[in-house]
Amino acid sequence: MSDNRNVKIRVRNLSKVFGNQPKKALELRDQGLGRSEILDKTGQTLGLSHIDFDVHEGELLVIMGLSGSGKSTLIRCLNRLIEPSEGEIVIDGENIPELGEKALLECRRRHFSMVFQNFALFPHRTVQQNTEFGLEVRGIDKEERQRVAREALKQVGLDGWEDAYPNQLSGGMQQRVGLARALANDASVLLMDEAFSALDPLIRGDMQQELLQLQNQMQKTTVFITHDLDEALTIGDRIVLLKDGEIVQIGTPEEILTKPADDYVRRFIEGVDKSRILTAESAMRKVRATVRDSDGPRTALRKMRDHSLDSIYITDRDRHLVGLIEAEAASQALEQGKEKVTQAMTQEFRSVGPNEPLHNLFAMFHDNSFPIAVVDDDRRLLGVVVKGAVLDELAQAAETPELAKSPESVETAPAGDE
Amino acid sequence: MAIELPRVPLGQWIEGGLNWLTSEYSLITRGISRVTQTGITGLNEALMWLPEWALLAIIAGLCWKLANLRLAIGAVAGLLLIWNMGLWEPMIETLTLVVIATLVAVVMAIPVGIAAALSERLYRGIMPILDFMQTMPAFVYLIPAIPFFGIGSVSAIFATVIFSMPPAIRFTTLGIRQVPVELIEAADAYGATRRQKLIKVQLPLSLPTVMAGINQTIMLALSMVVIAAMIGADGLGSEVWRAIQRLRPGDGFEAGIAVVILAMLLDRLTQSLRKSRKA
Ligand SMILES: Nc1ncnc2c1ncn2[C@@H]1O[C@H](COP(=O)(O)OP(=O)(O)O)[C@@H](O)[C@H]1O
Ligand SMILES: [Mg+2]
Repeated sequence: MSDNRNVKIRVRNLSKVFGNQPKKALELRDQGLGRSEILDKTGQTLGLSHIDFDVHEGELLVIMGLSGSGKSTLIRCLNRLIEPSEGEIVIDGENIPELGEKALLECRRRHFSMVFQNFALFPHRTVQQNTEFGLEVRGIDKEERQRVAREALKQVGLDGWEDAYPNQLSGGMQQRVGLARALANDASVLLMDEAFSALDPLIRGDMQQELLQLQNQMQKTTVFITHDLDEALTIGDRIVLLKDGEIVQIGTPEEILTKPADDYVRRFIEGVDKSRILTAESAMRKVRATVRDSDGPRTALRKMRDHSLDSIYITDRDRHLVGLIEAEAASQALEQGKEKVTQAMTQEFRSVGPNEPLHNLFAMFHDNSFPIAVVDDDRRLLGVVVKGAVLDELAQAAETPELAKSPESVETAPAGDE
Repeated sequence: MAIELPRVPLGQWIEGGLNWLTSEYSLITRGISRVTQTGITGLNEALMWLPEWALLAIIAGLCWKLANLRLAIGAVAGLLLIWNMGLWEPMIETLTLVVIATLVAVVMAIPVGIAAALSERLYRGIMPILDFMQTMPAFVYLIPAIPFFGIGSVSAIFATVIFSMPPAIRFTTLGIRQVPVELIEAADAYGATRRQKLIKVQLPLSLPTVMAGINQTIMLALSMVVIAAMIGADGLGSEVWRAIQRLRPGDGFEAGIAVVILAMLLDRLTQSLRKSRKA
């Protein structure tokens, strides 16, 4: 999927060294030393190195990696809760690492809302007061901020809980408050650091769906961190895969699954139920041959014979899908002296959009075994999916290199059964 | 053979310094002295102006409201005993000194405690000083007080403030440093200034700890105020002192018991204040 939306945040050559000699550590890195060697030699931890990526306007970008891979460090560099050691982070033309103290406060207020793994709600403030926090800090007057906060609480389904204290709420509800606090603030970017990781699986699923709904309504630029591949695949428009402080791959969920950049990614994605993610487009073949609606049955038969097909799709001049004709019907039509293929065609085939999940296509082959037509919004024929291709694609995706399962891969690749 | 080492004239230096301070800053010390004396006299007279039963009722009511009925009953019993022993006036004098010394100590300690919590350097500088202040034998503070403020209640307050301040500083610092990092991060992430962070997050969350420090300060102040009888502070301490000089153990113990009653009362009252704030 090519994405030509505006870039909201541009991150270039971002690095972070934990320790008091960042220059020295970066020099050693530039000489080609690895993370652990730098730690041994200087006692400095190379948290992030050479990070380049863009966050597009309105997208939900997931940053994924094992624990300790630098996810929290990365998201905290964006709003400078952690000071980057080198690199650029440009948001709306401002380079964040260069901002002075005042400008930084201003930038945080305008651009960033944050949701934390352990909620980080203020225990001495009510749900309502927690939700108002960002607005209060910005000096919005009381009436207005109360109104906005109440609205945000309603949005996350917490109306009626305004006067409760955080310790009176369940984990899921607390994180809804965290989300409401972020939404009320109406900053241009939402940062979520493992926001759902501390929740029960069921509640977690609900929260993911709600986030997606909110995302659909509001198109808020979101950077979402998780160590859970399933979560990343479920909610991410794009995924940045992090390993030991470096980016291994950036891509859509489908790209990550179908074109893993290296063995590490391949191992990372093993065990995921790929049919959930794979789409009709990924299993689609080019149409070997079609006939025009103005052609006769003889032409159709010849094309089918030439390409060894049992049936053939009929399109109009602009490649809009008109129907399907089977070999048998075509020869009958020829005997009966019919002039047009359209006189003997059928509509008994199935057609889908390119984004149709692959597992839905299984059921469609139940009724008949015609290739499934993949059409665009204008019903122009893009390609076909044949039964064998679906199985192939799924088998290929499930096939994994014979690597011993390390504890890491067990932790991060839970089977995504539905 | 003994080696003759020249004696380090530490005592002389300190005396010299104190003399210099007293002469140089006599205007200031006299000012402080006058203000403090006015405060002591005012509060003392106000408390003495109230009839015993009225003050008793007020304190009992306070105990009931802030804590529970049990404390209220205990307070009434204890105060009645003090009244009955004829120690009401010295008790009021002691209470006055404790209240004023605590107020001054807390007003000075909390900003220092906050500053030490926010600056690592100040923290490292101030902690040894606090250790020093607390391990120094209590009555040593009485000595420099006299050249500054003369014999009497003002010197007692001065020594008491210095002696009782450390826990209030320590606990304030501790309370602020104990605020979870993630809450500080949350405040920062939403663009709070240092001041907003302090007022909206750090101080409210450290309040229970600060109150614990104030409680300790009050207890230390009470013990010091009693000792300060040695330099002429009025109150229960001077009753004890007199009993010692006249070899009358009965009187001494009576005054001592009055101190214990007052201590328990103040302790329970401030602790309940802390708990009610927390809930
Ligand atoms: N303040 C710090 N000082 C030293 N090392 C740190 C600090 N914070 C994080 N690290 C190190 O940086 C690496 C990345 O940490 P983090 O960003 O928290 O990972 P993640 O969020 O992906 O689990 C880890 O190796 C961690 O030990
Ligand atoms: Mg983390």
